[in-house]
Amino acid sequence: MSKDIKEYLRLDKFPHIWCPGCGHGIILQAVLRAIDRLQLDRDNIAVVSGIGCSSRAAGYVDFNTLHTTHGRALTFATGIKLAKPELTVIVLTGDGDCSAIGGNHLIHAARRNIDLNVIVFNNSIYGMTGGQYSPTTPTTDYAATAPYGNIDNAFDLCELTRAAGASYVARSTTFHAAQIPLLVEKGIKNKGFSFIDIITACPIYYGRMNKMPDAVDMLKTQRDNARNIKQWDIMTAEEKQGKFVIGELYNKPAPEYTDAYRQLREKTHAL
Amino acid sequence: MILPFLDNSEIKFLQGNEACVKAALAVGCRFFAGYPITPSTEIAEGMAKELPKVNGTFIQMEDEIASLGAVIGASICGVKSLTATSGPGFSLKQEHIGYAVIAEIPCVIVNVMRGGPSTGLPTLPAQGDVMQARWGTHGDHPAIVLSPSSVREYYDLTIKAFNLSEKFRTPVILLPDEVIAHTREKVEIPKETRIINRQLPAPDANKAKHQPYAVNSADGVPVIPNFGEGFRFNITGLVHDATGFPAATPEITEKLLLRIHKKIAAGDNEIKGIEINLARNSDIVVLSYGSSFRSGAQAASETGVGTVKLTTLFPFPDKEIKELAKKVKTIIVVEMNLGQLVREVERAVAGQSPHGGLVKVYGINISNGLLIHPEIIVRKIKECQKT
Ligand SMILES: Cc1ncc(C[n+]2csc(CCOP(=O)(O)OP(=O)(O)O)c2C)c(N)n1
Ligand code: SF4
Repeated sequence: MSKDIKEYLRLDKFPHIWCPGCGHGIILQAVLRAIDRLQLDRDNIAVVSGIGCSSRAAGYVDFNTLHTTHGRALTFATGIKLAKPELTVIVLTGDGDCSAIGGNHLIHAARRNIDLNVIVFNNSIYGMTGGQYSPTTPTTDYAATAPYGNIDNAFDLCELTRAAGASYVARSTTFHAAQIPLLVEKGIKNKGFSFIDIITACPIYYGRMNKMPDAVDMLKTQRDNARNIKQWDIMTAEEKQGKFVIGELYNKPAPEYTDAYRQLREKTHAL
Repeated sequence: MILPFLDNSEIKFLQGNEACVKAALAVGCRFFAGYPITPSTEIAEGMAKELPKVNGTFIQMEDEIASLGAVIGASICGVKSLTATSGPGFSLKQEHIGYAVIAEIPCVIVNVMRGGPSTGLPTLPAQGDVMQARWGTHGDHPAIVLSPSSVREYYDLTIKAFNLSEKFRTPVILLPDEVIAHTREKVEIPKETRIINRQLPAPDANKAKHQPYAVNSADGVPVIPNFGEGFRFNITGLVHDATGFPAATPEITEKLLLRIHKKIAAGDNEIKGIEINLARNSDIVVLSYGSSFRSGAQAASETGVGTVKLTTLFPFPDKEIKELAKKVKTIIVVEMNLGQLVREVERAVAGQSPHGGLVKVYGINISNGLLIHPEIIVRKIKECQKT
């Protein structure tokens, strides 16, 4: 039977730090719904985060929670998973946290296919430090450090992690809030590296600087630009311009790292 | 490769880094994460070979920051954890050393000192990382730094490093130089190992009410549970209160910072590592550490002066050095750098006026990739003996 997700929150730590209209809370509640559906033992869940507005999510949930350093959550999570493989490890991170300063850790954790579940709060901006551009800020958009428009190319984090070796890759948006728990649930069930990219809104910085100061407008933009994987597959390159794909993008079981290490240990015992 | 020295007894002919591996395993280290770098790599290779056999875990991470992150993660689950590196890798580790300090996570970091700055002299010895080991991570923080001067001492200090890190819940830095790491010496491996394990909540502790960062004992060390044992608490690198949640009032900040400093000072006797041998007919001593101490001791025996060996560099033994300053007229500090620990000695003796005059402190500070030759030290001693 499903619990009220409030039961998973440390309500005594509220109010949270997020601004009105910030999408981060939508993602957090969706992740809790997924955990609730799986009926996992809370004592056996570790939630690890880096630094950023998004990474503050770890402190609000009633599990074993670890708020680490900027960009390095996956490294701590790797140590936890190796030391206690029986824990379900969930990494809550921002686009800057996991793909700029933490980009190298991201591709290597994916390459190992270690059983970590990464949920990216992807708002295409550095929220916590005041709206500087991130590796997912679209080219020509504005940011505090791109006052004349961004000339960087943006990462597609799903393509990146899939190429690096993740065995489960999915994307959704805060507009499609009902879809997120399904994707997170499947990600957690996957024994291997699961990467779930959630497009979310930072109306305060990204929105204001890009003529979308209203949080509802930002949600509408997500609705208008997201295309389901089935649709996406039959769209022409022209139709894909300015749009992005959501849904389960990749799901292919592969040997998992802590399992492989356990087998390696057994091999040395036989020596 | 481990070569038996005599039959099957506990006497071995070991390289310094091999001794470190043996000691780490003996004291219960079961997790290693690292990134290869000369002259520390033998530790990673040894751990890769041995850890799986004892149900431990080895992982080669993508860099040194990641390595210490993984080490801290494993330690949070209750597993004694080690990383080892050199020069450039030690620079990368600094942010996570600070994390382990403020979050109070036990771990051991070996930095085999080679010539710097930057890639510097990858295969040659130096002692240029002494102040980085003390002050490398940002912010006010305490540091425990140990430095061996023989292979046997490397073994013993590896054990001491783990024990101190567990006892005080703090990272401990082990600072051998390249000479000690790569020297092969006869080592008598102690049959018994003194093992200290971190304190954990009592089995009947109230899991919902336990405050991981509350301190109820005089030692200033909190009783932090391991992850996955039903406590469901929070760990952060932000300044935090007794519950482990971010809180940044001036009172909470000051209390936390003072406590993590005091807990290290409080354990002084346990941490201490200084051996003083004054010569009967001389008021000169040679003070040193690491392989430089070996040269210093050689020079001292040739000239009949005393020696001071430090195996714990930090916390610096202020009290002992002040006492020493009352007994001798000249302290010659020998180190393979352009002047690091000598400044600590000068600071400690300042204001001490034995025999009606100030004690003189001379540094023999040479940084050229070579071990300091005893001859150079003998020359300085003789100069001092004349005046
Ligand atoms: C080593 C280091 N560099 C820089 C920072 C400053 N910093 C804190 S959060 C952040 C960016 C966060 O952006 P993101 O991960 O996208 O999260 P958001 O705040 O947008 O949710 C930066 C640059 C830091 N804390 N540590
Ligand atoms: S700054 Fe942006 S990302 Fe951070 S809480 Fe506010 S709206 Fe959310």
